[in-house]
Amino acid sequence: MNPEYSRHEPKWYRPKVPIFWWLKQWAYFKFVARELTSVLVAYSAVMLLVLFVVVDRGQVSYLEFVSWLSQPSVVVFHMALFLGLLFHSVTWLNIAPMAIVPKVGGRIVPAKAVLLAHYAAWFVCSAVLTWVLISK
Amino acid sequence: MMSALFLPILVAVLFIASPLELIELLTFGELQELVRLPLVRLALFGFVFLSFFHWAHRFRYTIYDTLQVSHLGRPIALLTYGIATTMTLLGAWVLWGIG
Amino acid sequence: MEVLRYRPEEEAEPTWESFEVPVHPEWMVLDGLNHIKDQLDGTLSYRWACRMGVCGSCGMMVNGRPVLTCATYLESLLPGPLRIEPLSGFPVIRDLVGDITDFMGKLSSVKPWIVRDTEKPVEDGEYLQTPEELAEYKQYSMCINCMLCYAACPVYQIEPEFIGPAAIALAQRYNMDSRDEGAQERMDVLAQHEGIWGCTLVGECSEVCPKKVDPAGAIQRYKVSASVDFFKSVLMPWGER
Repeated sequence: MNPEYSRHEPKWYRPKVPIFWWLKQWAYFKFVARELTSVLVAYSAVMLLVLFVVVDRGQVSYLEFVSWLSQPSVVVFHMALFLGLLFHSVTWLNIAPMAIVPKVGGRIVPAKAVLLAHYAAWFVCSAVLTWVLISK
Repeated sequence: MMSALFLPILVAVLFIASPLELIELLTFGELQELVRLPLVRLALFGFVFLSFFHWAHRFRYTIYDTLQVSHLGRPIALLTYGIATTMTLLGAWVLWGIG
Repeated sequence: MEVLRYRPEEEAEPTWESFEVPVHPEWMVLDGLNHIKDQLDGTLSYRWACRMGVCGSCGMMVNGRPVLTCATYLESLLPGPLRIEPLSGFPVIRDLVGDITDFMGKLSSVKPWIVRDTEKPVEDGEYLQTPEELAEYKQYSMCINCMLCYAACPVYQIEPEFIGPAAIALAQRYNMDSRDEGAQERMDVLAQHEGIWGCTLVGECSEVCPKKVDPAGAIQRYKVSASVDFFKSVLMPWGER
């Protein structure tokens, strides 16, 4: 099975995969884009940590942070970040029914229901977080 | 998964809508109180831990797939997971110091 | 129709050759190739057998996508020219014929047959199964080993050690069969980096599958169950495996 031990066949043609194979087809590009948006996830995690530290330090540093956040270039960047994260979320949620095939009463739950449940969970999580964070 | 569920809204609220004053966030006092809650800090720790390792894992495989360097598998794995571990420890240290 | 030719006794690298092929509404891509072989150039080499999407031997890259040429209408790809290449990921022996030894080895490594700890004596009759138990694995049993999923899988192209979509789907076909007891043996092959963990879920294998086997789904389900098993064995080492 190890290709190192397969017989050498000098007459067979073995095409090489180009480095940019993932640019040749939309589906492959989407895949790499999905994987690379995980960079944005890490960035967002760093930003959340920064936010926590800044808030802990006091109002002055927090206001400084907010004024940095409201610079046009930063806002534009974060909007792009948001779109990237949205793409990341949607692609991951769409995968869920592939991996999770639950059974209720011996019957397989249809993939659509699993997908719907995940989107519902997404919505609920978002709503709860928003409710916690905005002023009442 | 966790990042898929929580991150878009957090970024939208905290880093876009609030600085643009589209919505009104908690007052600073409330926010500080929230940030200092041990449970909230613990949750954020779990969250950043997952996020960093999620990134490390995906990024590691993306490097393999796109650049075709799986013969460098070990150094790349060490690098990506190393960064994730460092970041997570850093996060733990930072969150520990809060409050 | 543009066909990638490779004649190892004449050329070091494949070259494109163009053929004029008439289009009839009922013609498949394979009929076009047969027209070339019958009327234009009898030296063209390719595999085919059943013409009805069951034997799985006529898979080729058509316009860059892996398809069964016997199940793809010429008309659906107009205007031409069509570009026909051998399936990606397999070394080319000649023209459109690839070497599939690698796949055959991987296939048998997952033991795609019913494994029993002890066989029932013949007198005791068949192993019975309910329709629900059949439904568990039926989808995966539809695989015809056409290898389109391998041709669509970038991981397999880049890391040929990867055991690949169809082999894992067929392992699942037997793992989920109520009569089978070989899951643990297959796990030894599959729960490795070259097994299920090599998959980065591009998902194209399921897109190109002509039999809707959904190998990508099979792999992800296997990942979930392997992880659950792993955590079980860590948290409850005394439990039976």
